[in-house]
Amino acid sequence: MVPLWMYLLVAAGLFSIGLYGVLSRRNAVAILMSIELMLNAVNINLVAFWRYNSPGDLNGQVFALFVFVVAAAEAAVGLALIITIYRRHKSVIVEDVDLLKW
Amino acid sequence: MDITAESVVFLILSALTLGSGLLVVTSRNLFHAALYLMLSLFGVAGLFALLTAPFLAFVQVTVYIGAIAILIIFAIMLTPQVTRTNARNTQWVGAVVVAVVFFAVMVSVLTPLMDDLGADDWSADFSEEDPDDVPGTSLADLGEQLVDPDYYMLPFEVASVLLMAALIGAALMVSPAIADDPETETGDDESGG
Repeated sequence: MVPLWMYLLVAAGLFSIGLYGVLSRRNAVAILMSIELMLNAVNINLVAFWRYNSPGDLNGQVFALFVFVVAAAEAAVGLALIITIYRRHKSVIVEDVDLLKW
Repeated sequence: MDITAESVVFLILSALTLGSGLLVVTSRNLFHAALYLMLSLFGVAGLFALLTAPFLAFVQVTVYIGAIAILIIFAIMLTPQVTRTNARNTQWVGAVVVAVVFFAVMVSVLTPLMDDLGADDWSADFSEEDPDDVPGTSLADLGEQLVDPDYYMLPFEVASVLLMAALIGAALMVSPAIADDPETETGDDESGG
């Protein structure tokens, strides 16, 4: 089998890529896409630990399924927010929407 | 180190996931970034299949690629600022530093544990005979435990409530009735889009 730490390394790399995207992109939709990458890295970790440490029960898989549910809800609400912001400000660039910044 | 077919598949899927993930956060055209996101999610689905979680691989393809990625593409099309303003912001150097430092911390945590996590265990392939290689649970067990009060019934119901709330909230936020409400209108005519 592929060693567990290789899966953890890939997941850490994917999470770091998503972290860079969240911090560096200007478009709100691109930030949401980076968050999806980070959630996927977490899912890889959950499933890998389930597979290597406790394949006899289903905790890891069920946890990953709930992450799917939260990711779907987050994407729907986040994109609805972005569309509403676009209607008001004619922009999805996060630096243009700094009304709460002082 | 003996390279098996499984490790070759793993390396290809990892390269696909990480490479297209990198293109998601760097490509200037947002639509291309969304397509690379789909490719990266396919790679993660392949990793799930390699980890003998076929149901999760299936859900990854249907929910992530079939629903979330398409939703993102719809949002990109509804907000036409695709190529013009997709550059990175002024703090991107700091973002690179943060991401690299985070990755270095993760590697420094993993490196002392390499022996415990089977660092040189590339040689053995999956086999049907080895009980360690065959998960003791099936898809039917997953379905039963999700609706079993002794296991995951409460979180399952809470997840359905969360999905319902997200559905209603998203529909309410983008509904024209809210957008055209005179009390929330900002003054100029914005009901065109």
